[in-house]
Amino acid sequence: MTTARDDILNRIRRANGGIDRKNAPTSHPVPARALGDHAVLVGRFIDMAREAAAGISRVNHRSDIPMAISAFLAAENLAGEIRISPDPRLETLPWESAPDLSVSAGRARADDPVSVTPAFAGIAETGTLMVHSGPDTPNTLHFLPETHIALLSTEAIVGGYEDAWARLRARFERLPRSVTLITGPSRSSDIERKVQIGVHGPRRLHIVLIDGEEI
Amino acid sequence: MRSTSDRFPENAARALGDPTLRAALSRLQQDTRVGRPAILDRLPEFNAIRDAASDIRTHGLDHLDVHLEIFERNVQENGGHVHWCRTGDDACAAIHEICRARGAKLIVKGKSMVSEEIALNDYLLAQDLEVVETDLGEYILQLRGETPSHVVMPAIHLTQDGVSQTFRDHHDDLDAGRDLDEARNLTDEARDKLRGKFLAADIGITGANFLVAETGTAVIVTNEGNGDLTQTLPPVHIVLASIEKIIPTITDALSLIRVLARSATGQEITCYTTFATGPRRDGDLDGPEEFHVVLLDNGRADLLGGEFRDILRCIRCGACQSVCPVYGAIGGHAYGWVYGGPIGAVLTPAFIGLEGARDLPEASSLCGACADVCPVKIPIPDLLRRWRRRSHGQKLSPPRARWGLALWAWFASRPELYRPAARIAMAILHWAGGRQGRLHRLPFARGWTVSRDFPAPEGGTFMDQWRAK
Ligand code: SF4
Repeated sequence: MTTARDDILNRIRRANGGIDRKNAPTSHPVPARALGDHAVLVGRFIDMAREAAAGISRVNHRSDIPMAISAFLAAENLAGEIRISPDPRLETLPWESAPDLSVSAGRARADDPVSVTPAFAGIAETGTLMVHSGPDTPNTLHFLPETHIALLSTEAIVGGYEDAWARLRARFERLPRSVTLITGPSRSSDIERKVQIGVHGPRRLHIVLIDGEEI
Repeated sequence: MRSTSDRFPENAARALGDPTLRAALSRLQQDTRVGRPAILDRLPEFNAIRDAASDIRTHGLDHLDVHLEIFERNVQENGGHVHWCRTGDDACAAIHEICRARGAKLIVKGKSMVSEEIALNDYLLAQDLEVVETDLGEYILQLRGETPSHVVMPAIHLTQDGVSQTFRDHHDDLDAGRDLDEARNLTDEARDKLRGKFLAADIGITGANFLVAETGTAVIVTNEGNGDLTQTLPPVHIVLASIEKIIPTITDALSLIRVLARSATGQEITCYTTFATGPRRDGDLDGPEEFHVVLLDNGRADLLGGEFRDILRCIRCGACQSVCPVYGAIGGHAYGWVYGGPIGAVLTPAFIGLEGARDLPEASSLCGACADVCPVKIPIPDLLRRWRRRSHGQKLSPPRARWGLALWAWFASRPELYRPAARIAMAILHWAGGRQGRLHRLPFARGWTVSRDFPAPEGGTFMDQWRAK
């Protein structure tokens, strides 16, 4: 008896047998807005991310991150309880400089209201963040809490999606289990095409942009 | 899913007589975010990218066997499992077996048109499993016992009032006096209801927009975050996808992503585009322990060998539905099977047989709006003509139905004529469907002739009254 696998593959081979098979496309056009010098791309990233309803704060040094988070949460009337990625870069931030924050690290739990994670890259083309799963960057932090705060160095801003993937390939020998392109907070237009921001994923996406310095 | 495509004229007439449906569909027509001009305005390179997208799909299909094998090997190397399924029943059984092996009780689902195609929910419910749709639109439809009427806007046939009523009827544990007058409140209520389901689920089932051969990756493109919770929280992630979803490379996926959301909803990109490759890795604190891909053929390998091969390029963006004047007049359900609109008029005869769906390819004016907007350049009107030729060759459609439906579609495609001539158009539809003699017996017929919906002598057509309101 042929297996379902062999049967399906055989029928495909038969169907494709007589045709003139097309070669892979020679080009994958990239839009002009994904190109430009770095300063232009940073500006475009900010504009596009805001258009997608993400918030942005800018800081000059990584040591300013806790205060920026604290200020954002206060402005939104949110409590300072944050769950951070168990990433040494985040764990070593000077959290004591923002005493109103209570910080714990790990995967997201059901009731964690705010997550703080690194973003692997920022993509100017559409104001998109690239995040990935891994021991230091549990994936639940990207989706479960109501508020997601992403830390992004301007150095990690690139033009197009392809550029972010090139960065990922250069950084990891093996493709991370899960890679997500995030553009703004979650939304739905399922009821009469009216956009509602905040559905099952985060209601708020806030990006803390660190100028010229790594996270 | 059982089909009512053989009763298209009656379905269409009933749809035209449903004022709530007309009001709901008008939201889509007024949505200036969808459609080619809005896209080009923001992305002048769109047409070049669309050419590439079409070539990527063609190339992928031309080498589908090779890419499927590479995909399978890569999924396995990453610790996942691939289940090959010839039919919908095979796929349902494969999924049931995965659930059984885990002792699963609760399943959460992301949006998947393939699962509609194989009636997966009915199958799993019959095995005493709880299945919960988590996409907002799909959740509403599940409560109502309805099917999606559009491939990316499943509940486009409903008004907000209808959704409020559904929530009042089904969420009867909540305060009956609560305010459900805003879409915001409805969205929040659904979020609250589903949170616990995500956290308690044993299995998460998603579809896939693409399967990437070079990495063994399943790609989903979503807005609500439900797809990501579905594939991140439960201990098992099952991807249900049909074989033609295979594309060779990640770079190919990126080109397709540039055209998909723009065509589907007019967004530049959706909120979340996730590339999932296998189960949780060593050291990971979350993510599924098991990763399964259920690969479904269900007739596609045979379609590949015939004159409808081009339809397999489809990336289910729904643009052809959104721009189609006939779809805009009657919605997706009238087409009688899983896929409505132009894509449905091509796919339905292929899946359920031309015999039971012969009216669908006739009910088009071949205006070409669908082909213009299709991001992978599928020549839909040509494919509809091919079905017509077959149907006429086999003498399946009596000339009366054939001409009647074509004439009706011609009217429906011209709003400036359709409204003044709605009665003529209705009469044509009536006449075209007359071969079954069922039109007269339907309740809608009373509705149209007696009630305010179609007060023939004194008040003009429904559209007239509706505009006057
Ligand atoms: S046929 Fe083209 S326009 Fe229609 S759903 Fe498929 S890809 Fe989109």
